[in-house]
Amino acid sequence: MSIELRNIRKTFGDFVALDNINLRVATGELLALLGLSGSGKTTLLRIIAGLETPDAGEVLFHGADATTRSVRDRNVGFVFQHYALFKHMTVFDNVAFGLRVKPRVERPVEAEIARRVHKLLTLVQLDFLADRYPSQLSGGQRQRVALARTLAVEPKVLLLDEPFGALDAKVRQELRRWLKRLHEEIKITSVFVTHDQEEALELANRVVVMNNGRIEQIGTPEEVYHRPATAFVHNFLGNVNLFHGRIENGKVYLGDTAVDVDRAHASASGNGKAVLALRPHLIEIITRPNGKPSFPATVISVNPAGPQVKVELVAEWGDAVQVDVGHERFDELAIAPGARVFLRPKEEKLFVYQI
Amino acid sequence: MAARRPDVPRATADPPAVRRALIAIALTFLALFLFIPLIAVFAEALGKGVGQYFAAITSSESLAAIRLTLMTAAIAVPLNVSFGLTAAWAIARFEFPGKQLLITVIDLPFSVSPVIAGMLFVLLLGIRTPIGGWLDDHNVRIIFAEPGIVLATIFVTFPFAARELIPIMQSVGSEEEQAAIVLGASGWQSFLRVTIPNVKWGLLYGMVLCNSRAMGEFGAVSVVSGHIRGHTNTMPLYVEILYNDYQFAAAFAVSSLLTMLAVATLVAKYFLERRVAPQVRLAAENQDVMEAAA
Ligand SMILES: Nc1ncnc2c1ncn2[C@@H]1O[C@H](COP(=O)(O)OP(=O)(O)O)[C@@H](O)[C@H]1O
Ligand SMILES: [Mg+2]
Repeated sequence: MSIELRNIRKTFGDFVALDNINLRVATGELLALLGLSGSGKTTLLRIIAGLETPDAGEVLFHGADATTRSVRDRNVGFVFQHYALFKHMTVFDNVAFGLRVKPRVERPVEAEIARRVHKLLTLVQLDFLADRYPSQLSGGQRQRVALARTLAVEPKVLLLDEPFGALDAKVRQELRRWLKRLHEEIKITSVFVTHDQEEALELANRVVVMNNGRIEQIGTPEEVYHRPATAFVHNFLGNVNLFHGRIENGKVYLGDTAVDVDRAHASASGNGKAVLALRPHLIEIITRPNGKPSFPATVISVNPAGPQVKVELVAEWGDAVQVDVGHERFDELAIAPGARVFLRPKEEKLFVYQI
Repeated sequence: MAARRPDVPRATADPPAVRRALIAIALTFLALFLFIPLIAVFAEALGKGVGQYFAAITSSESLAAIRLTLMTAAIAVPLNVSFGLTAAWAIARFEFPGKQLLITVIDLPFSVSPVIAGMLFVLLLGIRTPIGGWLDDHNVRIIFAEPGIVLATIFVTFPFAARELIPIMQSVGSEEEQAAIVLGASGWQSFLRVTIPNVKWGLLYGMVLCNSRAMGEFGAVSVVSGHIRGHTNTMPLYVEILYNDYQFAAAFAVSSLLTMLAVATLVAKYFLERRVAPQVRLAAENQDVMEAAA
């Protein structure tokens, strides 16, 4: 089932939690809502589920208006951030819950319920824990019980709030891969919330980057990473150096240094304030200018521990700069703190955002 | 949290002699004011033999008092437990104007002397008031009749269940209920299958407290009852009448029933508290973990 959100707005008192949200989720898609804590991801997910009512805007399921449809009638599965398992029920009863509360005419007989529950528990590899209580499970196991419980009612849409947020790194990795496989298997339209960019980029077909209740960019992981639409997205997805400057007549001025914006990627027409974004591995350190645009900087510190050497510098106009250099190149350069060098953006990756 | 090790003297620990003395004083006090009177009740009640004892509690007046007490509790407890559940649910789940006022008002019966509570009902519904007069014209007696007793009992016992349930409901939170609804449960199904089981020990505890007070209430009931023997006497009122009539053995016999109720309540309270306290603590801890994670 496809989901469409039109001009969604949500406020809590004076606080605008969501503003002008427009989004389409295609059938069978695995979509990530990515953003910092407090950016409105959970609120948006709850609006899709019907647990929260938008102040304005529409929610469409499969093209039909569902804005006023009750939670029960939406046929969505919602996995809560802290699982919300029923503490007083066994794993089996938790998973069976959705089947047992069905109206009598739709409710399967108990034997059929048992069969389906065991099948789901096998799917999430937890059948041996059917008689345990939630308090006796690990975080990862609880997460999978929550997922099985949700899948039991065969929802048309699966909504997951920070599905791996409360787990430690190793379990998170495993569950992530497992969820991806599961999604490939059952192809259910899914939206998951995360504040972890790596998670979003690895799992999702498309990523929605949110900031302060607004959507900054919607795109494939490839697009949002390599062609970020805003300085925020650029900064949020991976390390980046942001230089504040101004645009004048097709050139970006950082302090007194002019950088051509012909090759600039993002919109940078007209004059005014602008931000230049440069990823640390897309800056070249050279010891003397070679005619191409470059700007002077002074080395502050060098950290060779790791796959790349991390060099901290300060640009002529005062901004701190981080540059990642390969070990070989670093040995060639033979630079130490205090050295005066020049920084040259590697050409095709120059992003300028007007602000 | 560091585990407490009682064998290691802490800087604030009192010397053993002081500790022993304090414990001895507390126990002596308990013995003097609790255990001895408790034993005395049964000693007095059985003083004239087991036959007399049973005769006293099975006399028709005594049976009428027991019946009225049971009936009053049977009305007041379910009513107040329902009220307590509703109020606790509303307070724990929703923000609404007047919420703080509601919380305060729930405690009102605790802060008003029961005698004054009884007088309020007399002033409101007595035969010389407009409402009481109108009711009397329609042959309905409230004051100096059973309905008055029931009303007064409901009034003095209504905080018990609510007081017990509000913190539990608040700490349990509403996520499980939301999960139930998303899974297709109706509001009623979610209430019966998720909300109630989550608060059941607190609910039971509230019921026990409410019941013991409903059966033991004297002041408010005394004012509205009119002390009509075999008619508007509850057990506590009947005890007083017997006592004033110098029928000490009978008075203590009926008292012994109330005492047994009190002891049973204490036992139930002890076991229920052990169920409720960890529940609230656990829920509170979960909340901390969630907030820390958020
Ligand atoms: N019920 C609520 N009442 C008041 N403020 C809320 C409520 N729910 C969320 N908010 C606020 O809305 C903002 C977005 O919250 P949320 O959607 O939970 O963000 P995220 O999931 O991205 O961390 C936060 O600032 C939060 O404090
Ligand atoms: Mg959230």
